[in-house]
Amino acid sequence: MFKCKTSPEVGGMGHSVKRKEDARFLHGKGTYVDDVKLPGQLTMVMVRSPYAYAKIKNINKEKALAIPGVLAVITGYDLAEYNLHWMPTLLSDTQMVLPTDTIMHQSQEVCAVIATDRYIAVDGAEAVEVDYEPMKALVDPYKALDEGAPLLRPDKEGQKDNQIYHWEKGDREKTDEVIAKADVVVKERIYLPRIHVASIETCGCVASYDKDTEKLKVYLTTQAPHAIRTIIALVAGHIGLSEEKIRIIAPDIGGGFGGKVPMYPSYVVAIAASFLIGKPVKWIEDRSENLVNGFARDYHMDCELAATKDGKIQAFKVSTLADHGYTDSSANPSKYPTGMFSICTGSYDYEHAFAELDAVYTNKAPGGVAYRCSFRVTEAVHAIERMVDKLAAEIGKDPAQLRFENFIKKEQFPYASPLGWSYDSGDYKATLEKAMDMIGYDKYKKEQAEKRAQGKLMGIGICTFTEVVGAGPSKDFDILGIAMFDSAEIRVHPTGKALARFGTKSQGQGHETTYAQILAEELGIPYTDIEVEEGDTDTAPYGLGTYASRSTPTAGAAAAMAARKLKAKGKKIAAYLLEVSEEDIEWEVGKYFVKGAPEKSKTIQDVAFAAYTNFPPGMEPGFEATHYYDPPNLTFPNGAYICVVEVEEETGAIDVKRFVAIDDCGNIINPMIVEGQVHGGLTQGIAPAMYEGIVYDDEGNVLNGTFMDYLVPTAVESPHWETGHTITPSPHHPLGAKGVAESPTVGAPPAIANAIIDALAPLGIKHLDIPITPAKVWEAIQAHKKK
Amino acid sequence: MIPSNFSYHKATSIKDAIALSQTHGEEAKYMSGGHSLLPMMKLRFASPEHIIDISKIDGLSYIKEEGDFLKLGALTTQSEMEYSPLIKQKYAIFSDAIKLTADPSVRNVGTIGGNIAHGDAANDQPALMLAMRATIIAEGLNGQKSIPIDEFFHGFYMTALEPSDILIEIQVPKAKNRSGGAYHKVERKVGDYATAGVAVHVELDDSGICQEIGIGLTNVSAVPMRLDRGEDI
Repeated sequence: MFKCKTSPEVGGMGHSVKRKEDARFLHGKGTYVDDVKLPGQLTMVMVRSPYAYAKIKNINKEKALAIPGVLAVITGYDLAEYNLHWMPTLLSDTQMVLPTDTIMHQSQEVCAVIATDRYIAVDGAEAVEVDYEPMKALVDPYKALDEGAPLLRPDKEGQKDNQIYHWEKGDREKTDEVIAKADVVVKERIYLPRIHVASIETCGCVASYDKDTEKLKVYLTTQAPHAIRTIIALVAGHIGLSEEKIRIIAPDIGGGFGGKVPMYPSYVVAIAASFLIGKPVKWIEDRSENLVNGFARDYHMDCELAATKDGKIQAFKVSTLADHGYTDSSANPSKYPTGMFSICTGSYDYEHAFAELDAVYTNKAPGGVAYRCSFRVTEAVHAIERMVDKLAAEIGKDPAQLRFENFIKKEQFPYASPLGWSYDSGDYKATLEKAMDMIGYDKYKKEQAEKRAQGKLMGIGICTFTEVVGAGPSKDFDILGIAMFDSAEIRVHPTGKALARFGTKSQGQGHETTYAQILAEELGIPYTDIEVEEGDTDTAPYGLGTYASRSTPTAGAAAAMAARKLKAKGKKIAAYLLEVSEEDIEWEVGKYFVKGAPEKSKTIQDVAFAAYTNFPPGMEPGFEATHYYDPPNLTFPNGAYICVVEVEEETGAIDVKRFVAIDDCGNIINPMIVEGQVHGGLTQGIAPAMYEGIVYDDEGNVLNGTFMDYLVPTAVESPHWETGHTITPSPHHPLGAKGVAESPTVGAPPAIANAIIDALAPLGIKHLDIPITPAKVWEAIQAHKKK
Repeated sequence: MIPSNFSYHKATSIKDAIALSQTHGEEAKYMSGGHSLLPMMKLRFASPEHIIDISKIDGLSYIKEEGDFLKLGALTTQSEMEYSPLIKQKYAIFSDAIKLTADPSVRNVGTIGGNIAHGDAANDQPALMLAMRATIIAEGLNGQKSIPIDEFFHGFYMTALEPSDILIEIQVPKAKNRSGGAYHKVERKVGDYATAGVAVHVELDDSGICQEIGIGLTNVSAVPMRLDRGEDI
């Protein structure tokens, strides 16, 4: 286990210090975007389409404009005058800001009403008369590629069908050949449904353009303020918004989970409105809007796993159909359209793999949010972990044993995966063993045999996942060409206290505490003496933001590297103060001392003061450092999760009896924060496994657009999470850390699905797609009884 | 999530409320706790032009045994019922069931009368009243009337109440010596509306033979439903 180098007062790595940011949150003193109130501020509300696919024949603003307090109704035609009615997406597609003629999904923004307050704006939105001509919506992605399917994007030059792109990786021929010759091949079509990022805070902005200074200030619910600033400059440069005049402020954020990475059309309209009117314009998405816009997942994966009859895995093949809605607005910063989906070969050692994917347009909301996972890792892990269990069931081998026999071994790292990743480190065997010990695997196996003899349904499910996080090395990642480094800037004041600023942006992760702990670890300045700031592009160094579990792998590394620059400078100052040569100075946390004479020493605070008051002749004064860190590789956190369930045959009710999660995220900065992250992530893992999924009807209407029908589990529905760790430091990260936030969301769903399907195995049920609801289980049981 | 414009009227007495209702006609709606009506207004599923707030009318909040009945004042909140010693002791089916309705902050404001008058088959309380064979007392333009619970629910959000009628009291037959009941609610998430719910009330004679049974169902039909065939058995 990790051994703390610092005292609890200094609070470096490994100390479960309380979160510095919590006082303001617990006292209700956080400042969220909706708390921002600027003088003269107006409110914007969007009119949204009731239809999934329709022509707009006319928009009549008259009745809305007649309401006192309604100042403007902005349509796509108004934006077209400035060529702002379309915007590019990160993946080189195009997205409507506001439509001029065609509606492409239900609840799409039709036009915007600007009014003096929100009540009036909502009345105004209701008074706008839109004349639609509904068309037959294309909802089923499998029909999107049919001959004769309506061409959804005739606006795109050269677009002849509804395919957005085809992607493939690996050796198709060789993989097919191995599969054809294998003793055992298991196949399954696995669907990961659309799900919704249910942050407590919805999206919103306050855009404020000052016509005199020509400056635009935007308070924005964003996980990536600098990237947004650059995007606005690139998209709206032609109307005079250039990057030095743009300031993005991401204040406190109430949950992001990837849903606050994209640039949403309403942001652009609010900015345009403020630019035209010259007053601040606030837009706050309401819950109903938030629920039906933006989504994650929606992958249909045809999987084949080939093995010898003893269960040695030989090859994996997956062909995927991805439903992207009407545009590919995926919040994907990698150079690959499917992000990190090629991690789908999993934690196992075999040679042959092939993955391909066809992305299609449908009349659904665009999104492609990487909901608490590095882009498409959840889908990849679900595919391989379900298939490994299916293989175990097929050949009658214990799924834990099958995994042990196929794991990449500790000594094989760095491991080159069949689809091209270089796994940094791991000890999969030890991690699974720890999980099995903790839960009492053998005891449950016995209990299961007894229960089955009594006709009861009990299941044990395992998931041993490998994540790929920390976007990322510039060879694999960029946003509009900008490399995915991140940054830290440290200013140590003369009194030895410090201000540190970062290019990332916490949305609840606890950066104000963990970054301070990293600096405490490196410099010996107590974490309580270090203020951490993020989110204001005028003050923070350029960075790419927080998602993909990248903050610790990138900005955390930058913090360590910047601190080491300071430590090196401090050594020179200490040598000067102690009148010895630099080579004679040694460091222990917080203190420089003379080799062999530890009583002769200077603290980091002494040295900081001297950097402003008594520095060596010729040295640049001050005690500040900045570092931009471009990681050499991604990090590969991993874990072993085991779940025990009981299923009631009469009702299909599922009871999660135990859930043990052993995570290996390398060295840990704050164990308490990591545990909190794991608990939250596991709860967001049980959500898609058992509760969540956006349902559409044939017309493209969302059927569960409220929290009454879209079930987000709470603490009451969550089982008691039992957590633990193995620690295999990342060899290439300065702190040996890997990032943890996404592992539980990625690892929990397959563990739960595997457990439920294992419980149902005696009835002959071999697969169920998530969410596995009581109704779905009951139906499956009835169907199998009839057989 | 913002309702249409409406006028707000605060009624000081039942007579005052009925007069206000008469003045504003069909565009008026009574509101007590508002926890069923306001969400519908926020979603603009309901847009009454006049809200007549009856929550401040004195004398409509009580839980008492009188004559042959347990009498529940219409403005009694669900929390008051949940924590009433009399109910806990003799009518535990109510306190057991109310615990499962929404969450404490809703129960602190939502009233028993409003819950029933709303006519929503998804609410928990109507099934309880069916099982307990309650009688609804309402006051309207022509004075008071009593409506047996079996004649109260007419359809989706529709009840036997005329537009001016105010539900003022619910009368439940007084608990017999050997009687009791339970409410079972199937819900996907705590605090949700029931996927389905069942309230059962039984009365036994001295030898332990069941003499009377009432079974009410939640959310299985457009109206709260009595399980007649089950009772016959």
